[in-house]
Amino acid sequence: MKNFVTGLITFRREPWETLAVVIIALGVLMLLQPISMTLYTYSFITTLIGTVMFIIVTKFPE
Amino acid sequence: MSNFESLATRAVEATPPALSKAVRGLSDKTIAWVFIAPTIILLLAINIFPLIWTIYLSFTNYAANRPNRPITNVGLKWYRDILGSPEVWAAMQATAHFVFWTILFQTLIGFGLAYLIDRKFRGHAFWTTIILIPMMLSPAVVGNFWKFLYQPQIGLFNYAVSFFTGIDPSSFEMLGSVKLAPWAIVIVDTWMWTPYVMLICLAGLRSIPGYIYEAAEVDRASKWRQFWSITLPMALPFIMLAVLFRGIENFKMFDMVVLLTGGGPGSTTELASITLKRQAFEAYRTGYSSAFAIILFVAVFGLANIYVRTLNRVKQR
Repeated sequence: MKNFVTGLITFRREPWETLAVVIIALGVLMLLQPISMTLYTYSFITTLIGTVMFIIVTKFPE
Repeated sequence: MSNFESLATRAVEATPPALSKAVRGLSDKTIAWVFIAPTIILLLAINIFPLIWTIYLSFTNYAANRPNRPITNVGLKWYRDILGSPEVWAAMQATAHFVFWTILFQTLIGFGLAYLIDRKFRGHAFWTTIILIPMMLSPAVVGNFWKFLYQPQIGLFNYAVSFFTGIDPSSFEMLGSVKLAPWAIVIVDTWMWTPYVMLICLAGLRSIPGYIYEAAEVDRASKWRQFWSITLPMALPFIMLAVLFRGIENFKMFDMVVLLTGGGPGSTTELASITLKRQAFEAYRTGYSSAFAIILFVAVFGLANIYVRTLNRVKQR
């Protein structure tokens, strides 16, 4: 966990990629879940943020 | 003279002198660009331009059946409509039901089959080929084929269920029942694509070095222990790959379901892609359907990013 936070602070690729993947997965889950209309409404923006973030962070150093 | 030199000499001799002279003046970088330019132009024309055009249309009131109507900017209206629509949400839930259950069944059965095929029993190559047949068929063929199998009067499926359970074959209709239709499409997709998952899992199982099992045998590890501590963890990246690939494919599923149920009965099997097609080509709400397409695209693109990341990890192993 400490390594993960340090990686985020120092802009390392691995932890940022993991974070982006989690956001994308969360967005897709929000889009497909049957529980809350509010979650569905905000699913697109969540997935979009995750995807744009993923594209950016793949350029970070290893 | 080596084969390569002979080939190079023949290529030089076959090149017309005028072309040879023109190329000689170009740098390696320019020649590389000349070679890849047709592909880039094709990619821009077929992929990038339609994508940008769809993004543009998603902010307008454009309707394909009224091309002469003035196009006005509607901002984020279509996005707000789609993301606040209970009908679209219901289509998303139908998609979720389809994606979740197909992936679950395909992974369990596919991995199980791969584990059995990996035993290399007598005739395993023959059975592998037999198992792979459904995957090689066209979704249109599969859709029509299963439509006949699901017929309550003449279909074999109802008789098979009747044979094993004793239920009257004409007492239920797989494609006509609101409760059974979502499961009918799950069964067909599982039948068709389990072999694909099996192939990927088989590649994963075959990549595990034999000496690890030998070391486990020396340590007197049971078969059960070997499965949980060696087989499953080492095949997991491949299983993940299969799950992601099938997830992306089934999220976009259209042809087979349209042929089987057409989205019915009612809208119980109306997946997101079917709703999109209806809005685009039946209601002619081009701006609305463009926005819907972009929403689906972002979700699939996001999943594809995860897929590529998993693929790189598998490669690094």
